[in-house]
Amino acid sequence: MYRREKQILVSLISTILILGFYSLFVYQKYIAGNMEIINDFKFWGKAFLILIPVTIVAQIIIHIVFFIINKIVTNEDIPMINDERDKLIELKAIRISHWVFIVGFLLSMGSQAIGMQPWVMFITLIYSGFFAAIASEIAKIYFYRKGF
Amino acid sequence: MTQQELADKTGVTRQTIVAIENEKYFPTLELAFRIALVFNTPLEEVFSFQIEDEPKKN
Repeated sequence: MYRREKQILVSLISTILILGFYSLFVYQKYIAGNMEIINDFKFWGKAFLILIPVTIVAQIIIHIVFFIINKIVTNEDIPMINDERDKLIELKAIRISHWVFIVGFLLSMGSQAIGMQPWVMFITLIYSGFFAAIASEIAKIYFYRKGF
Repeated sequence: MTQQELADKTGVTRQTIVAIENEKYFPTLELAFRIALVFNTPLEEVFSFQIEDEPKKN
């Protein structure tokens, strides 16, 4: 497996872990035993706003740890340059993730159009962002392996 | 010359050089010229291209 693919795999796993732990934390601290909070817009606003910096900081820490462990184990450096092929793959992956997110966004709006509870919209938005990120990483691995 | 040396001289990753060799990636014209310059040979001696499907004529 190429170094770049390892890096993408780390991003993929860390995205899953971060949202998993964050969801668990929010559920245990705020939602468990207080189910009426899930229809509170203020709660969801805070949950969204806190998730963004938590994800960024956690991703940075996980990648630094990965660089260190990778260097110790394999004694190889992760390439710092982002060449034309990397940029092209990045663009293709972003396009796919945008489509996934748009589908999620439409589903979340659809849930409100048919009169579902507001929490359904927020959960759908969070998870459409999550699946968009996952789709982006999987698309990158696919393009690196298959070529185009 | 190793793939890594060529990658370093052309400013791309080794993975990109491998992809070009395996015909999994078509480099931009700029990168193609850079590779040709490294080998100090004309572009058409480094790369060749064949049209597989003729475009339909109106």
